[in-house]
Amino acid sequence: MNQSAEKTVFAPWHDPDETPLIAFSNVTKRFGDFTAIDSISLDIYRREFFALLGPSGCGKTTLMRMLGGFETPTSGTITIDGQDMAGVPPNKRAVNMMFQSYALFPHLSVWDNIAFGLRRDRLPKEQVAARVEEMIKLVRLDKFARRKPHQISGGQRQRVALARSLAKAPKLLLLDEPLGALDKKLRQDTQFELMDIQEKTGTTFVIVTHDQEEAMTVASRIAVMDDGRLIQVDTPDRIYETPNSVYVADFIGDVNLIEGNASPRGDGKTLLHWAEGQPPLVAECPHAPETQARCTFAIRPEKVSISKDRPSDRTNVIQGRIEDIAYLGSLSVYSVLLANGTRVKAQTANNRRLSRRELTWEDDVWLSWTETAGIVLDK
Amino acid sequence: MRRLTWFNTTSLALGFAFLYLPMVILIIFSFNESRLVTVWAGFSTKWYGELLQNQAFLDAALVTLKVGVASSTIATVLGTMAAYVLVRGGRFFGRTLFSGMIYAPLVMPEVITGLSLLLLFISIGLDRGMFTIVLAHATFSMCYVSVVVSSRLVSFDKSLEEAALDLGSSAFEAFRLVTLPIIAPAVVSGWLLALTLSLDDLVIASFVAGPSSTTLPIKIFSSVRLGVSPEINALSTILILIVAVGTISASLVTKRAVKRRQAEEQMAAG
Repeated sequence: MNQSAEKTVFAPWHDPDETPLIAFSNVTKRFGDFTAIDSISLDIYRREFFALLGPSGCGKTTLMRMLGGFETPTSGTITIDGQDMAGVPPNKRAVNMMFQSYALFPHLSVWDNIAFGLRRDRLPKEQVAARVEEMIKLVRLDKFARRKPHQISGGQRQRVALARSLAKAPKLLLLDEPLGALDKKLRQDTQFELMDIQEKTGTTFVIVTHDQEEAMTVASRIAVMDDGRLIQVDTPDRIYETPNSVYVADFIGDVNLIEGNASPRGDGKTLLHWAEGQPPLVAECPHAPETQARCTFAIRPEKVSISKDRPSDRTNVIQGRIEDIAYLGSLSVYSVLLANGTRVKAQTANNRRLSRRELTWEDDVWLSWTETAGIVLDK
Repeated sequence: MRRLTWFNTTSLALGFAFLYLPMVILIIFSFNESRLVTVWAGFSTKWYGELLQNQAFLDAALVTLKVGVASSTIATVLGTMAAYVLVRGGRFFGRTLFSGMIYAPLVMPEVITGLSLLLLFISIGLDRGMFTIVLAHATFSMCYVSVVVSSRLVSFDKSLEEAALDLGSSAFEAFRLVTLPIIAPAVVSGWLLALTLSLDDLVIASFVAGPSSTTLPIKIFSSVRLGVSPEINALSTILILIVAVGTISASLVTKRAVKRRQAEEQMAAG
């Protein structure tokens, strides 16, 4: 029972026998004086849906373009399937890319766009036709095969681009902000479609995005990047629950950050003295400081409970006053001002109509959370 | 929309008169009955008929046409290649010098271009004839092609070429199958421009032409020295027509391509 449950978990990065499909080792890329990629080492495994996430200019696109062969590393090596990629041009790599602008050939029909790569391999006509039909079915564009790219909608163009890059059955598919041009609703639908297609074809996907929600939705692992360096590489849940730095905690989702002096309590928990005359916060700290140190406590708004009366069963209890309420339909977010001027956000699910009506502006409330809800970060 | 005031109308009329009055007079007199060019004696198309009987003119026209087609084709190939390197080559050593040298013939006096080509042909022992005119015309018109094509390439989405490479085509295939079909209108209008330039060139051709290869402009120029005949008027009228058709179709090709691209971009945005 236990064994079968473990089998269904896809985590090749924990398997010491698994060899990575892609291995970056100490890769650095400089453009003149500007260092775009700063000594990155990273393994990506087969069948992974790997997301490179970061603000614009963090080097994520450069990292991806090096996989495609459009940029060459200044130093360090990149191997794909054990083969050193140095000096291998884009047209000799079993890697295909879906471009941000889709880069569909405007003078060719949808059908010919998808067939383009297959024809370059000098495949027989029937084989090309069969494969193109298969791809057209996969992305559900049967009715539009004869149209030109400018005669179809943005969402359809996105699917043509996907079909074209998958047609050659690459070992690795690179997606450069694939959903950036779509509106929100279509983007959400397409995210699930992408995951579905990735599972069906068993291709390794590497996606570049600046949209953290998108990365969380589609990826098996996420690499958060900043300034040409990897800040954290982990599964979406671990990136969210146990970020390794203030940067990651702040970049992914909404977070309350409280600064203070941390000291170990002795039982693995850390005490954070955050304000004069207030009891210290108790929290977990993955890299517990030996002695007292300046740290930041991070807690997600949905893990903060808000109540009119002081809860008796929680370790961390702080009093404050409701300054603002954001009603988001499914959720309400309360911005609570503490005595020392800090603002803390608490989020509640609106699982009953007009629930929480007892809380309103200028109310004195109690915020509380458990010992394991938040995390102390030392950087 | 602003109205045309009398001042604007007058300046417009004067401007056009300045530009086109000589040509209009020439065209009118090509239909003159009289042998005397300056005296109107009634409408007639007889000089066009006589022109068709004049073997020397016909031969010269044929030479001009051959030279024009050959030189503009060479110029288009070379000019497109130069434009491609300038726009796509990135910052290679000597790029500024290279681009300056490609565009220099645009402002170079034709006399100097002609003379230097003549000296070159003599020094390498090349007999002057149709071939040398083709070379000379290709030389000076390729920079025009290069200007037209590179202005199109600048707005060309580079990721299209990268996509072609990514899908397994060689650099040459990417150019032939993706870049060239998309920039084709610019290449065609560059070719038409080069053709027009070659058809009406007198100065350079007269330097590098041999006795067996008289182009139409040279022929006209030399016969005018013996006096203007109505035949020349008829011939010039035909030339004006050809050049006008060439220029107008070049601009139409470009305009239509721009319109279609804008429509496509609008569709893409919406």
